[in-house]
Amino acid sequence: MAAANILKIKSLAFERNDALLFEPVSFELNSGEALHVEGANGAGKTTLFQLLIKMLEPCSGELLFRGQPVSECHFEYLSDILFIGHQSAVKAALTASENLSWMSPQGTSSEKIAAALQSVGLEHYANVPCYRLSAGQHRRVALARLMTTSASLWYLDEPFAALDKQGVDFIEGCMQNHLNRGGSIVFSSHQDLVKIAARSYRLNPFREVV
Amino acid sequence: MYNYLSAGFMAYLRRDLLLGIRNKSDLVKPLIFFLLVSALVPLAIAPEAERLSQLAPGIIWIFAVLATLLSVERLFSDDLQDGSLEQMLMSPNLLIMPILGKITAHWVVIGLPLTLLSPVIGVWFSLPTIAVMPMMLSLAIGTAVLSLIGAVGAALTLPRQGGVLLALLVMPLYMPVLIFGSAVIQSAVDGLDWTAPLAILAALLAIAVALCPLAINAGLRLAKNG
Repeated sequence: MAAANILKIKSLAFERNDALLFEPVSFELNSGEALHVEGANGAGKTTLFQLLIKMLEPCSGELLFRGQPVSECHFEYLSDILFIGHQSAVKAALTASENLSWMSPQGTSSEKIAAALQSVGLEHYANVPCYRLSAGQHRRVALARLMTTSASLWYLDEPFAALDKQGVDFIEGCMQNHLNRGGSIVFSSHQDLVKIAARSYRLNPFREVV
Repeated sequence: MYNYLSAGFMAYLRRDLLLGIRNKSDLVKPLIFFLLVSALVPLAIAPEAERLSQLAPGIIWIFAVLATLLSVERLFSDDLQDGSLEQMLMSPNLLIMPILGKITAHWVVIGLPLTLLSPVIGVWFSLPTIAVMPMMLSLAIGTAVLSLIGAVGAALTLPRQGGVLLALLVMPLYMPVLIFGSAVIQSAVDGLDWTAPLAILAALLAIAVALCPLAINAGLRLAKNG
């Protein structure tokens, strides 16, 4: 059986200061597939993610989710995506467990939250305020959401930043499990990944032809 | 759909209440300001009971407005910095519910303690006992309106922390609350019917609940996209 089409991007473009930021983006993503967005610093990877999560509006192009324009299935789309960006959204004054609790879908049990924290190696920090954690541990709290989410489409912008080898292995494992379950992932990273079989998409800064 | 709406409201109410309790200095600062300046006024003006009770309605309300203004500017700026505003904006829930959850938490952390402390201020200002309940009612309703209007200013002045611009933006909108809030206490002090200005305050609250979240929503999206 052919894999279902989850995401289709047609000539998505974004303008800043009246100039295109990158060459129009087109790609398709099926269930069980991962797409690695590559590009130099400043190429517009984060902006592309902002367009995908509807934080920014493109100047042209189309975004289709399960064959439907996102503008027609806004609620379904936003309910079925997970985005983890550069900023971890972790509140320093809250404990790791409290942070994960508010970031997880409603009704996520405390057992599931404890298990997610255990899987990122933070079981002994569950009740420790996050201001006492290191930058890498902050990142792990944010990435523990991968264990509690029910979203099928993950957008991960530099998920391996600030992580040690063990952390990278864990996230790769999470991503592979998600793909095996039929989920889809769009991610950006400057690291070479071992476990994830992902297609690559090169994001090129827009150069005007004169 | 109801579950989605209430989930958005409750998640942000619970989170911001926890944050309010943990960041005690943010909670205490406006309350200390409210108490300190209220304590200084009777010392600066001649401590005559009759004179103080005449000044009390306006003074209590001016201090309540300033204390709320002090606390409201960080309502969204911390969320913008740590990325949680982005998560809120991409929530599938109707955005006004998380916004209302945050503002309700702000009122519980700032407006409610101001209301509960106000009888102490009433004693310092020799406010007649009969005016205490109207004062508390006016502060309970009025500070909720102040939180809502202040949140509009906080959203519109992002990504900076409001400061002078925030004060300039919201002060004109705070005026009706100040006027009708002090009118409630003044009427009670003078032995007049105080329910009419209180009803106007309640009407202002209803209008603010209906309109402010829409303006905040637009302001936050503008700040994030800008």
